[in-house]
Amino acid sequence: MTGYIIRRILWIIPVLWAVATITFFLMHAVPGGPFTQDKALPDPILQALNHRYHLDQPLWRQYLSYLWDLGHLDLGLSFKGDRDVSYLIQHGFFVTAQLGLLSFCVAMAWGLFLGVISALNKNGPLDYLGVLFATVGASVPNFIAGTFLVIVFAVELHWFKIVGWGGPIDWSDTFTASAWEPRKMVLPVIALSLLPSAYIARIMRASMLEVLNQDYIRTARAKGLANNVVILRHAIKNSLIPVLTVMGPIFAYLVTGSFIIENIFSIPGIGGAFVDAVQARDYGMIMGTTLFYAAVVAFANLAVDVLYATVDPRIRYG
Amino acid sequence: MGVFPDEITELRVAELVVRRQRGLWGDAFRRLRRNKLAIIGFVILIGIASLAFLAGVVHGIERYDPFFDQDYKALQQGPSGDHFFGTDNLGRDNWARVLAGIRVSLQIGIGTQIVVVLIGVTVGSLAAIGGRFVDNLLMRITDVAYAFPDLLFIILARAVLEDRDWFLISDARVQIILAISLINWTTLARLVRGQMLSLQERDYVTAARAMGATSPRVVFQHMLPNTLGPVIVAVTFGVPIAIFAEAALGFLGFGLQPPAISLGRLVSDGYTYISANEWIVIFPAGAIAILMLCFTFIGDGLRDALDPRTR
Repeated sequence: MTGYIIRRILWIIPVLWAVATITFFLMHAVPGGPFTQDKALPDPILQALNHRYHLDQPLWRQYLSYLWDLGHLDLGLSFKGDRDVSYLIQHGFFVTAQLGLLSFCVAMAWGLFLGVISALNKNGPLDYLGVLFATVGASVPNFIAGTFLVIVFAVELHWFKIVGWGGPIDWSDTFTASAWEPRKMVLPVIALSLLPSAYIARIMRASMLEVLNQDYIRTARAKGLANNVVILRHAIKNSLIPVLTVMGPIFAYLVTGSFIIENIFSIPGIGGAFVDAVQARDYGMIMGTTLFYAAVVAFANLAVDVLYATVDPRIRYG
Repeated sequence: MGVFPDEITELRVAELVVRRQRGLWGDAFRRLRRNKLAIIGFVILIGIASLAFLAGVVHGIERYDPFFDQDYKALQQGPSGDHFFGTDNLGRDNWARVLAGIRVSLQIGIGTQIVVVLIGVTVGSLAAIGGRFVDNLLMRITDVAYAFPDLLFIILARAVLEDRDWFLISDARVQIILAISLINWTTLARLVRGQMLSLQERDYVTAARAMGATSPRVVFQHMLPNTLGPVIVAVTFGVPIAIFAEAALGFLGFGLQPPAISLGRLVSDGYTYISANEWIVIFPAGAIAILMLCFTFIGDGLRDALDPRTR
């Protein structure tokens, strides 16, 4: 197991290198540069700027020095405001992580609940409602769902606010009460958690139905255990294993899905930062965010695989 | 026993045997027909698609030009007899615009899957039959493409291709199709590879080889047709993913440039005016949701029909 984990971690390095290389050359192939403006900058200023960010060097040298810096965990500077990319990413991720974690918890709670309810009422009206939710939720894009939520709950009913993020923007104000405004958090979290909760509900229903048919459930019932003990202790626990397999994709979805949700609700997270960076040709920021996303997804997948093997003794990695 | 004369029994048996020989596709079609949701999805999809594409030809359906017919006396209206879906901020008819958007979204969704199949099937089958080195190389490339966050790549690739006047890809729609399919082929490639690897071990493939069939013949005649089922299912699920990706691009401002429209652009443009006129968003957003639902239902139905084991 340890050997497996080490090999997987080592494999992440060449993957990140490949991602860095592809991103580097793709983004330099995007027409226009960071300092291309409607009103051209005077030559001396342009030269000074290009020199500051090493853009006056040939592309291969920029590439090599970027890799060199990356090897030293230095993500370089953002052209916007001349700040460290790692600082900006830390800041953006603080907000994105709140959004992602909240959505994750909501998706897990709601998805598992629906899945269990559906399975226990197989082919009953509650089951149909659950399946309907799971199908619709899994096929409606998050920004469409977000849009409808905004129309109903913000434009028509004025229950929630739709601009900005209701959580703390910076570590320092985590414990200031005024930094939290739940009315701003509800809609983005629901919009982002819709698809994963539908997905979890679907899988939980299927696996629960399978488990309920197993012999040991019949044995438990035959022993005279109360129904809720059978369900809680025997059925739900074992049905959870297949749900673990989709944790990886769901995590990846929450990370990238935050893109559009952050855009809709003007949340100052890392997804919005990437979109701005591409539009502004902010090379350092594009590289930083892409690598960060790729690394997060890679480590999340690894964590899920390890967790899976820990929970299910039948699975062994060589 | 002996109730029927032997002849009749034989006839019956023969009849039974004949009826049994429906083959994979006949069987699958029968199962698909019994799936109500899939049929409903299919009918709705055909209806919407033919309406949208006919509207491009027959002016009576569209009634207004989606791009240039402006009515300044009717800005930001809700649905009415004149404008079924209302009007936008420039007084353009939303019914015509949504139809034009559906056309573009469907073209992009289906076009993407064509490219995805071309890349995915080629990479997947080469990896399966090309020997260890080719397999390793192609699968490592697939791993990297898989590790790349999709939407990030699509946005970058779209930005690279934007406004290029290159041969064959000067059309913005083709550029978006390429940007989406260049990252989305990995699932299909893995699927085809796995399928081919397991087919290689089957008896009928061994038999074909033993009878002296050439390698290309075995691959094209015996193996590729048998990977078709899972590929069709994957493609059906791939179309809504592509439509979603395009809509997301449009939403984030990397889609088609005005005056060209797609459903994603309609939603994002309308979003600016959502507090003045929510109808402008409801219809294109609803259209996206319905299209995605249709493809999901059809995909679910096809999966159950083509592979009864996954039920």
